[in-house]
Amino acid sequence: MSNDVSPQNNKIVVRKLLLAVVGMFAFGFALVPLYDVICDLTGLNGKTGGRVSEAEAGILVDEQRVVTVQFMAHHNAEMGWNFEPLIAQLSVRPGEVNIVSYRVTNPGTDVMVGQAIPSVAPNAAAAHLNKIECFCFEEQLLQPGESVDMPIRFFIDPELPASITKLTLSYTLYDITEKSDNVQAVAVR
Amino acid sequence: MSATHTISDAHDHHHGPAKGLTRWLYTTNHKDIGSLYLWFSFTMFLLGGTFALVIRAELFQPGLQFIEPAFFNQMTTMHGLIMVFGAVMPAFVGLANWLIPLMIGAPDMALPRMNNWSFWLLPFAFSIMVSTMFMEGGGPNFGWTFYAPLSTTYSPPSTTFFIFAVHLMGASSIMGSINVIATILNMRAPGMTFMKMPLFVWTWLITAYLLIAVMPVLAGVVTMMLFDIHFGTSFFNAAGGGDPVLFQHLFWFFGHPEVYIMILPAFGIVSAIIPTFARKRLFGYDSMVYATASIAFLSFIVWAHHMFTVGMPLAGQLFFMYATMLIAVPTGVKVFNWVATMFRGAMTFETPMLFAIAFVVLFTMGGFTGVMLAITPADFQYHDTYFVVAHFHYVLVPGAVFSIMAAAYYWLPKWTGYMYDETLGKLHFWLSFIGVNLLFFPQHFLGLAGMPRRIPDYALQFANFNWISSVGGFLFGFSQLILLFVVIKCIRGGKKATDQVWEGAQGLEWTVPSPAPYHTFETPPDPKLIHAQ
Repeated sequence: MSNDVSPQNNKIVVRKLLLAVVGMFAFGFALVPLYDVICDLTGLNGKTGGRVSEAEAGILVDEQRVVTVQFMAHHNAEMGWNFEPLIAQLSVRPGEVNIVSYRVTNPGTDVMVGQAIPSVAPNAAAAHLNKIECFCFEEQLLQPGESVDMPIRFFIDPELPASITKLTLSYTLYDITEKSDNVQAVAVR
Repeated sequence: MSATHTISDAHDHHHGPAKGLTRWLYTTNHKDIGSLYLWFSFTMFLLGGTFALVIRAELFQPGLQFIEPAFFNQMTTMHGLIMVFGAVMPAFVGLANWLIPLMIGAPDMALPRMNNWSFWLLPFAFSIMVSTMFMEGGGPNFGWTFYAPLSTTYSPPSTTFFIFAVHLMGASSIMGSINVIATILNMRAPGMTFMKMPLFVWTWLITAYLLIAVMPVLAGVVTMMLFDIHFGTSFFNAAGGGDPVLFQHLFWFFGHPEVYIMILPAFGIVSAIIPTFARKRLFGYDSMVYATASIAFLSFIVWAHHMFTVGMPLAGQLFFMYATMLIAVPTGVKVFNWVATMFRGAMTFETPMLFAIAFVVLFTMGGFTGVMLAITPADFQYHDTYFVVAHFHYVLVPGAVFSIMAAAYYWLPKWTGYMYDETLGKLHFWLSFIGVNLLFFPQHFLGLAGMPRRIPDYALQFANFNWISSVGGFLFGFSQLILLFVVIKCIRGGKKATDQVWEGAQGLEWTVPSPAPYHTFETPPDPKLIHAQ
């Protein structure tokens, strides 16, 4: 309230404010894992969760209800592989375990490593699509000309909101040859 | 603004400014640094304006006339970056430097040497940023919002320099805000209680806290970009488990408070000018303070209204829609207070008052289109169209920029000691007012009709409105040379200004001589001079 120009006073204010600056910088980085946690909990952005054990499926199969699951495949613009689901859609009962496969071919002349990233629409369904096994949990290394059928085993949680009768599971395939640890293996060969 | 006259005032019993270039390099005087900020800002305003005119020239007709689409993208990006970080923000910091010590009766800013440093970072930051345009692959071309992966995976090699420039200007802003807060908290004259501070000081105090809170987040975002580009991390890269949508959340967590950083000091300026020329006290001072604080608080919880179309749950859309609309309440309080201040006042219409009234009217229009954009289902239609461009230019140009011009005319006599040329000032106002409306009003219709933003070419049905908009753009752009002329003329001489300058002016800055001596309030002002607001 007074003309308190004493350097001590300024020092205290500056120290507090610098602490706030450092804190907010750290908060910016803390938002990254926080975002992942929120997406995991809510299924925001169509992110599906990790591996689910098979024991959780099949206990309660909702025989009254049929949900259509559509399968889609995209590849990133820089990815030269052919990538497609073997069936376009499947009618499933919530709770029962199903298997579908995606076929991927490396038509090029180089060994390449790919990574598939899943996305589910509508977003609200993402948390209810449980994968027991998925090629998206691993990197895929393909020799030139090699073709592989990659399976997914999944079940739909019976608690899927009643308003959802159709959902889309889409994979985008990225070229991660340069980043992958498998590249060293490729180089050795 | 005091560049060309030497100080030989009787009140100035201490040393005056040093001579030559080193005066400006080494200065720790708040008035010198304020002038440096304002001149820097005006230079950037002309540069960013030139880029805008390149855009408007290209859009004058459909088809590609003058520039390549790749260069067009650099123009939109650089125009936005320079205007936001180079023109508007430094102008407000310049005004804060000049006015806050004078308004609270302090001899200088609390940390004068840091003040010098925070200014001198800026020319380097912007030299680096502008130099990217001459590098291989060109400058930033991903829009001022630099969304990943456009700014990471698909960005030109010069992006690293862009990141470094953002770090520098962020450091400058943070140091500037620390200085403002320390000054206001510690250096108020005896009797200058918080609720007696002029609103410009209040709005700047709140703005400085906003800057402290969000500039570090911006620094974090560009650091993550740097890591994604050079060190193989995947913050925003889906292939590595990251998420490009995360970028948008982080950016707008910074970006929405940032747009209030560019408007809150404007509220303070208008709240100083309208009472002067209405010759009445400001209506509802307390409510103005609380409204400013509410707007600042709300700015942290509305960021996702910039990204309704990324796909978010209904509950999220509703929350961000209602929270955004809530901002209209404190903003409305302010607008009504300004109108009530003018009501039954003995008004005169000098140039600063004209700009201030235009601010109230046109900023309110920009606010209304903001409420339209807040309506989630409608936003899906308006998103990324010229309607958005019209909205934020209405709040930033006849909003923030008009307030800065109003401030320049209002305090110019105090800075230079001479009255500016009123006729030329009025000419500048009317040409700017007509120009700015011709420029941006048709863009509402373009957006509603579906013209996307950030494109160098468009469908034929948009031709007429674009033609009008470009004419308005050139009118507005070249009118600003009048401002330059008026300011230079005013520095060189004219009618001597009195100490109070304006008949209705209240506040400590009007108790010191005109021009304000190099050192003021070395002994605190008489507490009797400090009035309730």
